[in-house]
Amino acid sequence: MRPNKPDSYTTVHSPDPTSVGFVTPQTARFDTPIKLRSGAVLDRYELVYETYGQLNADKNNAVLICHALSGNHHVAGFHSEHDKRPGWWDTMIGPGKPIDTNRFFVIGLNNLGGCHGSTGPSSLNPATGQPYGAHFPLVTVDDWVETQARLADQLGIQQFAAVVGGSLGGMQALQWSITYPERIRHALVIAAAPKLTAQNIAFNDVARQAILTDPDFHGGDYYAHEVVPKRGLRLARMLGHITYLSDDVMGSKFGRMLRAGAFQYGYDVEFEIESYLRYQGDKFAESFDANTYLLMTKALDYFDPTHHHNEGSLAQALQSVKAGFLIVSFTTDWRFAPERSREIVKALLDNERDVTYAEITSSHGHDAFLMVDPYYHDLVRAYMQRIDLGDVA
Amino acid sequence: MNAQMMAHARQRADFETIAEWVQSGAKVLDLGCGDGSLLRYLKEARKVWGYGVEIADEKILACTKNGVNVIQTDLESGLSGFESGSFDYVILSQTLQSMKHTERIMQEMLRVGRQAIVTFPNFGYWQHRLQVIAGHMPVSRDLPYQWYDTPNIHLCTLKDFEAFCIKLNVRILERSVIHRGHQVSVLPNLLGSLAVYRVEQLS
Repeated sequence: MRPNKPDSYTTVHSPDPTSVGFVTPQTARFDTPIKLRSGAVLDRYELVYETYGQLNADKNNAVLICHALSGNHHVAGFHSEHDKRPGWWDTMIGPGKPIDTNRFFVIGLNNLGGCHGSTGPSSLNPATGQPYGAHFPLVTVDDWVETQARLADQLGIQQFAAVVGGSLGGMQALQWSITYPERIRHALVIAAAPKLTAQNIAFNDVARQAILTDPDFHGGDYYAHEVVPKRGLRLARMLGHITYLSDDVMGSKFGRMLRAGAFQYGYDVEFEIESYLRYQGDKFAESFDANTYLLMTKALDYFDPTHHHNEGSLAQALQSVKAGFLIVSFTTDWRFAPERSREIVKALLDNERDVTYAEITSSHGHDAFLMVDPYYHDLVRAYMQRIDLGDVA
Repeated sequence: MNAQMMAHARQRADFETIAEWVQSGAKVLDLGCGDGSLLRYLKEARKVWGYGVEIADEKILACTKNGVNVIQTDLESGLSGFESGSFDYVILSQTLQSMKHTERIMQEMLRVGRQAIVTFPNFGYWQHRLQVIAGHMPVSRDLPYQWYDTPNIHLCTLKDFEAFCIKLNVRILERSVIHRGHQVSVLPNLLGSLAVYRVEQLS
């Protein structure tokens, strides 16, 4: 779900003043065991993270960025001059950007269970010396919030000025406001939902089945066989991509365009949309871990703040919330439709919480949350500028 | 009142009347809230708390800059996102005349709010009447549009609105008629250019 055209970064010699520039990931180690929602316990784990900007003396300007299904800690800037692309939300975060690193101390992390450096299924299990594989426990959005809070503890951050996320990241921001009402002043919940619909879970299960039935999956322990279930992961990603785009944008971008200009009467790539999806699938299958993909989709499916509130209403589940909210949805997002964001808004209204809700007109479907749109970005900028750090006149 | 509040008050003549009517600390829903200046004014003058509702992107942005809670939605589709009786006042300030579903919004306002405050430009104002007699659609300070570009599709006079209230079983609690910032008590339907009503639903 990366933007198709990230901000261009010309050369190292003329750096973009709105880029955070070069960043180095850091690793936080945790030796206090964590009991996960599933009941499983991880004795120790690591989280890899990046930070941009400076933590102020009052330590009240920290902003946590939560990533979605395929995201990671590399939110903004570049790791080296050889990077072709900046971090996945570089358009949003940087000096003078909507989430302004001149003012905020921004943290991006790779969630527990991820495959970009944090402890996950592909990490070595200290008990066996082998990758966890199928033995890595399932994690939930609650578990991520817990581990993120522990990271905040290590960094000396008692309270976040804001927790920000799109899609699955938005769910984490919402969960933060429920689990730690005292530790979050604002939540920016973008292109999210209070829980997945049956249709959404169905998509996720087809994606999982593609991976689980790949002969190279080996029950999740494919590392030992020195193979990866690329076919399954590729299919899962292709399916995902279809649901992240709108019918309109697919039509305008690809239509029925043919690569060769004429029907070939075979099963090779003929339509441009096939070419695009296969390319995206292949690229993803090269770089992402299948077990992490499975685990992330399950975290999406399990998310439901009412589940541990005796299946009460969302309004009841949000009773303890104190944060102010910016809720944003996109008109053509059918995977996390505006109606779903409205459910969150309604629950916040019922609890008389501060909330602003915006419905951005966009043709880009779910992917719109990663795209540059003047209204969307201006709105996030305006909301962030209103956050009081004791420096606003 | 500080200078900024005075500026707000001048901006829309009905603000002051509304501020006098709402109880301090009340919970308010402002429909068609524009840039949020009424809510901000009421917040400062009366310590009210609430939300604005708007549809236009630039107004959502302006409200956010103003530090006012705002919900982006189309009023024409009703107020289904709001619980019945969840606000002390629902305000519709100079928006009624541009709504397509006039009856429905009145009913929705009085479902969601215990009381509603409605303000609109008085089509019965003498200058408007003269212009019609002279053969033209009226254009004035309160109706600044030409017939071909006006958003105002449901203009009415004080008498029309009061008859409308009877039809909807709505009781008028208070009325203020204004012209250029001054109360009009003599021949209000002729001399007043702006009407402000506070109403409630009779069961």
